[in-house]
Amino acid sequence: MIRPEADTLLEIVDLQARVEDKPILKGVNLTIKAGEIHAVMGRNGSGKSTLSKVLAGHPSYVVTGGRVLYRGANLLDLEPEQRARLGLFLGFQYPVEIPGVSNLEFLRVSTNARRSEKGEEELDTFAFEDLVRERLQVVQMDPAFLERSVNEGFSGGEKKRNEILQMALLDPLVAILDETDSGLDIDALRIVAGGVNHLASPDNATLLITHYQRLLDVITPDYVHVMAGGRILRTGGKELALELEDRGYDWVDQELAVLEVA
Amino acid sequence: MVAAMSNSAAVAASAWVTTFLERLPAPVGELEAVQWRGREALSRQPLPSRRQEDWRFTDLAALTALAPALAPALAPASEQGRWPEPAAGVVRLWLDAPGDPLAGQSLPAGLSLLDADEVQQALGHTLATCNCEQHWPVELNQASAPRVLALRVSAVVAPTLELVSQAAGDGVMRPVRVLLLLEEKASLEVLQVQLGSGSSLTSLVIEAHLGRESTLRHGLLALGEGPACFLGHLAVEQEPRSLLESVWASHGWALSRFEPRVVQVDGEATTSLKALQLADGQQLADTHSRVEFRGPEGQLDQLHKAIADDRGRSVFNGAVKVPRAAQRTNASQLSRNLLISNQARIDTKPELEIVADDVRCAHGATVSRLQTDELFYLQSRGLSAAVAAGLLKRGFCEEVLRALPAAAAPWRPLQRLLGEI
Ligand SMILES: Nc1ncnc2c1ncn2[C@@H]1O[C@H](COP(=O)(O)OP(=O)(O)O)[C@@H](O)[C@H]1O
Ligand SMILES: [Mg+2]
Repeated sequence: MIRPEADTLLEIVDLQARVEDKPILKGVNLTIKAGEIHAVMGRNGSGKSTLSKVLAGHPSYVVTGGRVLYRGANLLDLEPEQRARLGLFLGFQYPVEIPGVSNLEFLRVSTNARRSEKGEEELDTFAFEDLVRERLQVVQMDPAFLERSVNEGFSGGEKKRNEILQMALLDPLVAILDETDSGLDIDALRIVAGGVNHLASPDNATLLITHYQRLLDVITPDYVHVMAGGRILRTGGKELALELEDRGYDWVDQELAVLEVA
Repeated sequence: MVAAMSNSAAVAASAWVTTFLERLPAPVGELEAVQWRGREALSRQPLPSRRQEDWRFTDLAALTALAPALAPALAPASEQGRWPEPAAGVVRLWLDAPGDPLAGQSLPAGLSLLDADEVQQALGHTLATCNCEQHWPVELNQASAPRVLALRVSAVVAPTLELVSQAAGDGVMRPVRVLLLLEEKASLEVLQVQLGSGSSLTSLVIEAHLGRESTLRHGLLALGEGPACFLGHLAVEQEPRSLLESVWASHGWALSRFEPRVVQVDGEATTSLKALQLADGQQLADTHSRVEFRGPEGQLDQLHKAIADDRGRSVFNGAVKVPRAAQRTNASQLSRNLLISNQARIDTKPELEIVADDVRCAHGATVSRLQTDELFYLQSRGLSAAVAAGLLKRGFCEEVLRALPAAAAPWRPLQRLLGEI
């Protein structure tokens, strides 16, 4: 939903970053307002996950230029946990398995961290169980997964549902979902997309990273951005995704080549 | 110079032992002969030397920094106060009680005390079978232990037996000796809690004989503080089709050393050893285990986990002996270590001696760090770096701690081990 008068939640200006001395992001510009759904598409290796991890504050990625404002404040000054508590959420492309740490306990601690930042009271074990059981329905997940270790032995689809469950509990203002659709069969895709649609509101925003059109058949983006070589090459409406599906990425590569020569 | 004890260190060691022996009360009571024997041994062999392979990584400085005298009148009754109530279905014995630890308690069905003659006959038998009756920590215990809790297990004992001992305060030495004889098909679960604080020394020797088809579940929670030191020895003799499940968790001792020694006398038995040791500050946590199969078709499942932080040091040495007689042995040993700080140190060494040819013996050792991606995942959900690291450590500990007897729950082992309470 595009509303010119909506608040700007995230403003990325000329963002540059490297990992292990290798420049990956070479000047990303992107502005996201409340109520909007953005999709970032692009070939493997174009820097999509790097962008998401830089925004979430992964210590392996070093910002070398540009700035990011989150609700007007400098996001890059904040620790990863502070970003999360303030409502930035990253759904991981590869959710991490954490043996021995109970999923339920993890979800409770993280939910309470976010709640206390919002000025809401922390939930005890019982109150939290009620909440989590209700939110489980959003992703149609079996409560048995709560008793297991975080993501340990989960299938690809189960991990992605666990990510959306976390999103449902943390109630983010900006949710970045990194290839949440990959590895999902069509039913799981519907469930995950249903969860995302259910959680979208005029007050929050979603950034979907994907390279398939099929996710965008079930979640309609307001903007589609094409990423290549660590930049956003082009921005359009949902028809841009269809164009990519028709024409493939070769023309993107050609545009990028022209840009890199210049 | 590697591990060789210098001359002056040897002199200091023998001075420490001489002082220790001088302060002991005169040998007396049911263990009088044993005390004589231990004292003679110690005067001949003051302290283990780091030239001995077994002690190469074990710096005894924390031990000789203590000046332990045997706590003369056992413990004041007031000491019990701050322990949690035992869980339901648990019979607690306070091993340091001034009088009879069994006073006012009746033993559960299936358990009885050995009489003096039986103690005479049985004491030391398993130590001899395990070839460790002359081992230094054992002699130290023999020299000083005033009594032994000697129990016969003749049936399946329903309640868990909880044995608590505490060395609280400077200059306290707490020698604890336990003897368990499990008859055929008998079964017992024991939780032992050893607490130590101040400049104190705890010395524990447990002997257990497991008759055919018997089961012993033994949990040991050893929690120290400050300069307190712990030396523990568990010797177990297993007859065919018996089951030993030993779980041990320790943290907080300036020096701790635990030595499980298991002999499957005719093979065909099952041994499970699980351990978790934490060393931080300047602590040294050491486990030296040895499992020996003297007959065919024995099973061993061993997991040793350690966390080393600050300048802490963890040592694990796991010997497994599979002689020719032990065909079709199936043994696995895994040592998993978490190194938190750059100054911490981990020494882990499997020591497999396999002569039999038709056996399956697997072993492995890993040393890893807290994983950046795991920390980041937790942080990206709003957990601070410290809370995230704590959760990962808890996750690492959980695997061993959940194997402790349920009776351990009121002691809140995880929180205590991680120093959260
Ligand atoms: N941790 C890392 N270490 C080294 N190279 C990395 C790391 N993360 C990403 N890269 C490199 O950065 C580039 C962009 O990767 P990524 O952001 O994962 O792309 P995408 O998500 O668009 O497929 C690739 O060349 C990849 O190899
Ligand atoms: Mg990616």
